[in-house]
Amino acid sequence: MKQLLQIELFKIFRRPRTYISFGIVTAITFVIQLAMLTDGKSYMSFALQGVNEQFDIHGNMINGYFITYIILQTLLIQIPLLVALVAGDTLAGEATLGTLRLLLTKPISRNQLILAKFMSSFIYTVLLVIWLAIVALGLSVLIFGRGDMVNIKSDTFILILQNDVLWRYAAAFCFAMLAMTTIASLSILLSVFADNSIGPIISTMGIVVVLTILSNLDLPLFNHIKPYIFTTHMIGWKGFFDDPVPVRQIGISALVLIVYTVAFAGTTLLVFNKKDIKS
Amino acid sequence: MASPILEVRSLTKSFNQFKAVDDLSFAINKGAVYGFLGQNGAGKSTTMRMLMGLIFPDSGSIIINGSSFSNSQRQLLRNIGAIIERPDMYGYLSGWENLKIFAALSGKNIKTTRLHEVIEMVGLKGREKDKVKAYSQGMKQRLGIAIATVHEPDLLILDEPTNGLDPQGIAEIRQLILSLSKDHGKTILVSSHLLHEIEQVATDIIIIHKGKKMIEAPVGELLRPDDTRIEITLQPAPGLQQSIYQTSWAQYSPEIIDGVLTIKMNPAHIPALNKWLVVQGIEVSGITTQHSFEAYFLNITHETTAADRTV
Repeated sequence: MKQLLQIELFKIFRRPRTYISFGIVTAITFVIQLAMLTDGKSYMSFALQGVNEQFDIHGNMINGYFITYIILQTLLIQIPLLVALVAGDTLAGEATLGTLRLLLTKPISRNQLILAKFMSSFIYTVLLVIWLAIVALGLSVLIFGRGDMVNIKSDTFILILQNDVLWRYAAAFCFAMLAMTTIASLSILLSVFADNSIGPIISTMGIVVVLTILSNLDLPLFNHIKPYIFTTHMIGWKGFFDDPVPVRQIGISALVLIVYTVAFAGTTLLVFNKKDIKS
Repeated sequence: MASPILEVRSLTKSFNQFKAVDDLSFAINKGAVYGFLGQNGAGKSTTMRMLMGLIFPDSGSIIINGSSFSNSQRQLLRNIGAIIERPDMYGYLSGWENLKIFAALSGKNIKTTRLHEVIEMVGLKGREKDKVKAYSQGMKQRLGIAIATVHEPDLLILDEPTNGLDPQGIAEIRQLILSLSKDHGKTILVSSHLLHEIEQVATDIIIIHKGKKMIEAPVGELLRPDDTRIEITLQPAPGLQQSIYQTSWAQYSPEIIDGVLTIKMNPAHIPALNKWLVVQGIEVSGITTQHSFEAYFLNITHETTAADRTV
């Protein structure tokens, strides 16, 4: 199993598309940082216009912590796409190449292969989120400096003191890893049904976009199903920037994501173990 | 009598309403090279995929070295090497890296010296560090054979190993198969469309048609030179049909239609027949022979197709 995992990781990190993902994360981060560097003040005064009349705010509000929070909004669409780009390719890509055939003529079980694919996708996802943390948090702090963090909400804002921020980001990035692992699991599941990787990648994104819209629509019809949709819980990381931190709600969100991840993985194993390899 | 290394018993597989393999049974003896023949869609690849566990049979069983494949698949696959349909590999990796990956997955501890050995055996020395995407089809086939044999399996299953190759590539693969059989003692089941190629490497033949086995026999039994169909293109010669029937050539049932004399006999008699025709003052403009094996294959598959149409 260890050897199979090593081989899967070797294959992932020898593919150019893997590094394209890391490049895109860097580019997204850089674009947001550049925009905030040039237009940050006007953005901030626009964002705080509702509260400026009641509060007199001083200090470096456009600091590295605030910029990182803005960058983390990409966790909803852009980062899932990059995760799907690799995870959706794990099985379907092998089917397209024809190497799935060759792999399964070797004395490895289908369960082992799927588990190795899941584990390697998980490691890739974790590394991608760590990279996001380095370029978003590390670089933003380097460029914009530190300071108290303002978490602007629709009708209020939360001020988090500088020495109280880092643990929140550590927890938020860990939660993001879990959310992205759920996306990776969904992509791998869809990958079992396809013989080319475009299908699972587009399907994953389609599902994420549709469910995100459902999660955000404030209609009575959807309010009942929202708690059961995994995209509702993908933004659970934001809770770490509330005061007080809604620990119970974050725990529920994490649990829902874990249940979805396990369900996607289990279904993948069931389907793949019965699948005729015709590619 | 040689013992079977592989036995297929009543294997059946359908895809929706289409029966791809229908109650197929055969046995492969140790040390032999079996040619697995059939038209496109006859069920060869489906059978080979079932033999490797890629496709699950609806019914029937596969026995390898006396053990049931479905019960001991992982254990048995350690002793089988295969190319199924095309030798597809990771194009973004080098030939060496591909070989290393699949050697590591073979379930045996394979040393670097063995990797060098197979690279040399398949003639890829000097090109093994190149990326596979830069390989020609022939090089990919050879790398496929290296991957299939690196763990020194007793049984090789090669599905269309000469597909997409030029004549030189085909000849190289043929030599490789012969060498694997004669020098390394491998048992080989090889499928191909190229009857002439199979004829040159196989000791035994299995012909399937529409998923059913039509024949399973040693090549020697099927190759009867006396049945070779010979066509001789002649200048128009009225009365030749009558005069040829008055000679000893009549025993080969010659027929003349549209200036072509068709006769079934051993090709060794061609010079004598040609000489006789020239003595009769008949100009011969061409002689073609249809190999007896090819004729046999076409006959057996066409007969079945025609019978199906009648029904």
